[in-house]
Amino acid sequence: MTVLDEPILLADPAETAASPRGMWRTALGLWRTRVGLGLLAGLVALAVIGPWLAPYGETEFVGTPNLRDVEGATLGTDYFGQDVLSRFLYGGRSILVLAVLSTALALVSGVTIGLVAAYSRGLVDNVLMRLMDINLAFPQLLLALVALTTIGPKAWVIVLVVGFTTMPRIARVTRGAAVPVVERDFVSAAQALGESRFRILRSEILPNVSGPLLVEANLRLTYSIAIIAALGFLGFATSVNAANWGLMIQENKGAVSVQPWGMILPGLAIALLTVGTGLVGDGLARAAAGIDRKKAT
Amino acid sequence: MPVLVIDGLRVDVAGDGPDIVDEVNLEIAPGEVVGLVGESGSGKTTVGLAVLGHARKGVRVVQGSVSINGREMLTLKPQQLRQARGDLVSYVPQDPSTALNPALRIGKQLMEVLEYHDFGGSDQARRDRVDEVMAEVLLPSSRHFLRRYPHQLSGGQQQRVGLAMAFACRPAVIVLDEPTTGLDVSTQAHVLETVRDLCRRHGVAALYVTHDLAVVANLADRVAVMYAGRVVESGPTTSLFDNPAHPYSRHLIAAAPDITGQRATVGLAGRAPSPGRRPVGCAFAPRCELATEECTTAFPPVVEVAAGHEVRCVRPWTVPARTEAGPVSLPGPTAPADATLVVQSVSASYVGHRVVQDIDLHVGKGECLALVGESGSGKTTLSRAIGGLHHEWKGQILLAGVPLAHSARDRSVDQRMKIQYVFQNPYSSLNPRRTVGDSVARPLMIAGASKAEAADAVGEMLSRVSLTGAYAHRYPDQLSGGERQRVAIARALVSRPDLLVCDEVTSALDVLVQAAIVELLADLQRDLGLSMLFVTHNLPLVRSIAQRVAVMAAGHIVELDTTVQVLSEPKEEYTRRLLEDTPQVPVYE
Repeated sequence: MTVLDEPILLADPAETAASPRGMWRTALGLWRTRVGLGLLAGLVALAVIGPWLAPYGETEFVGTPNLRDVEGATLGTDYFGQDVLSRFLYGGRSILVLAVLSTALALVSGVTIGLVAAYSRGLVDNVLMRLMDINLAFPQLLLALVALTTIGPKAWVIVLVVGFTTMPRIARVTRGAAVPVVERDFVSAAQALGESRFRILRSEILPNVSGPLLVEANLRLTYSIAIIAALGFLGFATSVNAANWGLMIQENKGAVSVQPWGMILPGLAIALLTVGTGLVGDGLARAAAGIDRKKAT
Repeated sequence: MPVLVIDGLRVDVAGDGPDIVDEVNLEIAPGEVVGLVGESGSGKTTVGLAVLGHARKGVRVVQGSVSINGREMLTLKPQQLRQARGDLVSYVPQDPSTALNPALRIGKQLMEVLEYHDFGGSDQARRDRVDEVMAEVLLPSSRHFLRRYPHQLSGGQQQRVGLAMAFACRPAVIVLDEPTTGLDVSTQAHVLETVRDLCRRHGVAALYVTHDLAVVANLADRVAVMYAGRVVESGPTTSLFDNPAHPYSRHLIAAAPDITGQRATVGLAGRAPSPGRRPVGCAFAPRCELATEECTTAFPPVVEVAAGHEVRCVRPWTVPARTEAGPVSLPGPTAPADATLVVQSVSASYVGHRVVQDIDLHVGKGECLALVGESGSGKTTLSRAIGGLHHEWKGQILLAGVPLAHSARDRSVDQRMKIQYVFQNPYSSLNPRRTVGDSVARPLMIAGASKAEAADAVGEMLSRVSLTGAYAHRYPDQLSGGERQRVAIARALVSRPDLLVCDEVTSALDVLVQAAIVELLADLQRDLGLSMLFVTHNLPLVRSIAQRVAVMAAGHIVELDTTVQVLSEPKEEYTRRLLEDTPQVPVYE
């Protein structure tokens, strides 16, 4: 009988750079990922439990508008005489929820389209990806504004329109990552066994592109936060007087010289939120590419 | 007077890392070709690059010297080094298609080399030199040809351009790093002929780095065998192949397939230790059946066993019993009436371009039919059509008398289970995100087995391919190439197929691993009564496994007969030429 190759002892396979688990582990060794995660955790906690900490209600009047020294209102009142701190503590939730939902929508649809295109090749690939190109040709914010002005500033419209315009970007990255995987022999092996197309996409190809997708999802979340905040600033918040960081900046920009808190606070929060997600995405990307590998270990 | 002298070379992983190669001494005289042979990871390429004064990223030359014509290469400044490369020493890389700049015409690339080194002093002299060197590598030097881009040339022509660039400035030393891997045998034979001729004629010292013993046996004047970073044996080619003194060299030669069938190929357990995992004493001791305590204390010193023949072994010329295999013995061919697979006038095409023409063949029950051909002969397309992976074909493929659908998806579950395919590259045929157990169990799950049944069958099949059940929980990247190919074979066999299609299953593996896989397949075929279609470009290998051979060329079967008949008395001119061009490891008695 034949002989046995001596087995070798390598690191846990999940730790190889391209697998999501290994990527997280490597990324967590980098300062940028840790700082990013810290910022995110802080801001998410603030947005989630903020409303319970707020001294006043979301739309409660506490005094004369645009004052810095108001009894009971630590950071003063805003343009409408509401408590700035309370408005700020209420205003994070909607941005976060909308950004996460729209990124999730973009991820599901974009990954599906990208995988199907990469696996089918030929006509299907061409039709799908050219449709994505058409979508990409329109500026994201402009498309969002058109939808919001025609249908109205509803939460589901924001999620749909931001998700829809983010989708082609994710589809392109997915397709790019999946094309070389499709050509590998284990996919042929699955075809020879007669595996269904769905199963091949889900079990053979998807796990092998999850690394780059993780990075992409993070990047797109950063962009979604920025866009939804921008929409708020432009006045397209879900309800007219609900607190919203983007809207707050717009509302209080007129009085920035006398009462800056109404603008600084939400502006800072949005900046830190995008910087946080950006740092995490950057850390993951570096882990996937193997930059700083020595430093991380 | 040797032109190249490597003395006590040691190369480490940078930053206190372990040694990659150590104690390498080598001398090459003008006009001499020295073959540096070793398996992947033996350090042979590291030595080859050190001759150019180069160390790969993360690697550092820490000791020793490399001198060419008395000039030390390892201490040159970058500017001097650039000048020396091309002038003094040049390099022919493995893959010419990536080594040539795809955006530049080949004439321009040749001129660039000469201009950089200011060869000849004038443009006219350089142009004359281009014409001359093109003639030397047997390529046309017409303006028209020199204006071509690399992609407009065949693989053999590209490698000739690579040779022309290396020889252009008349270097004293040339390093060739597996320059014929990936070329067809006939192209390889011609390129090797050119290399030999040019070195002789111009007195160039050549270091030929390769894993292919057969090539070295036919090309080199002297051979150095590397194992785990050290040269374990070196000597004149005839002396070394005649009577190898080191047990590892013996194993290498025993693993090389023999076209005459006088000796069966023999594999070897274990693998070469990687840098940092090398044992104290002789690195080969853990795999050596002759090893004694003495071998594990210190690395054996160099012993000169014959004129110019040196070995690092405490008992040179002791023959390991396992390497003395008898002639190949295979069960005889079976009657055509009992065929598992029948292919009837099958033609296949790629987007309308016909690549397989009107093929008729059958594979008998328990028989192995080898499908041999050069690249582009259509052998893989035909095998993929049989496996249901290539859909553009017409004709009939019958499994146990029942015609098969074109696509695997349109075939019945039973039919899919009865034909199994093993792919060429074990590094790409297993899903890296899935455990070995999951991959092997998949065919059974499709056939409707329960998890427990599948797990039992997987454990049994893994032990059949000489792995243990413990492998089921590992991931592919924890396995060696040979182990991965065993897993791929286990996956193919777990559904108890009638027909196994093996597509170049050993071409990505080292020779010792290849021998072990071929032994395994022959054993399994006998034990399980498998029918097998063994697709390969390696003619000598066929002798160890197949009862019959079909030789394919340009989409046709040019010759189909018993293996003994085809290999010893080929009827067709094409087969004869193929056999002549195939380098052989000499068999001495």
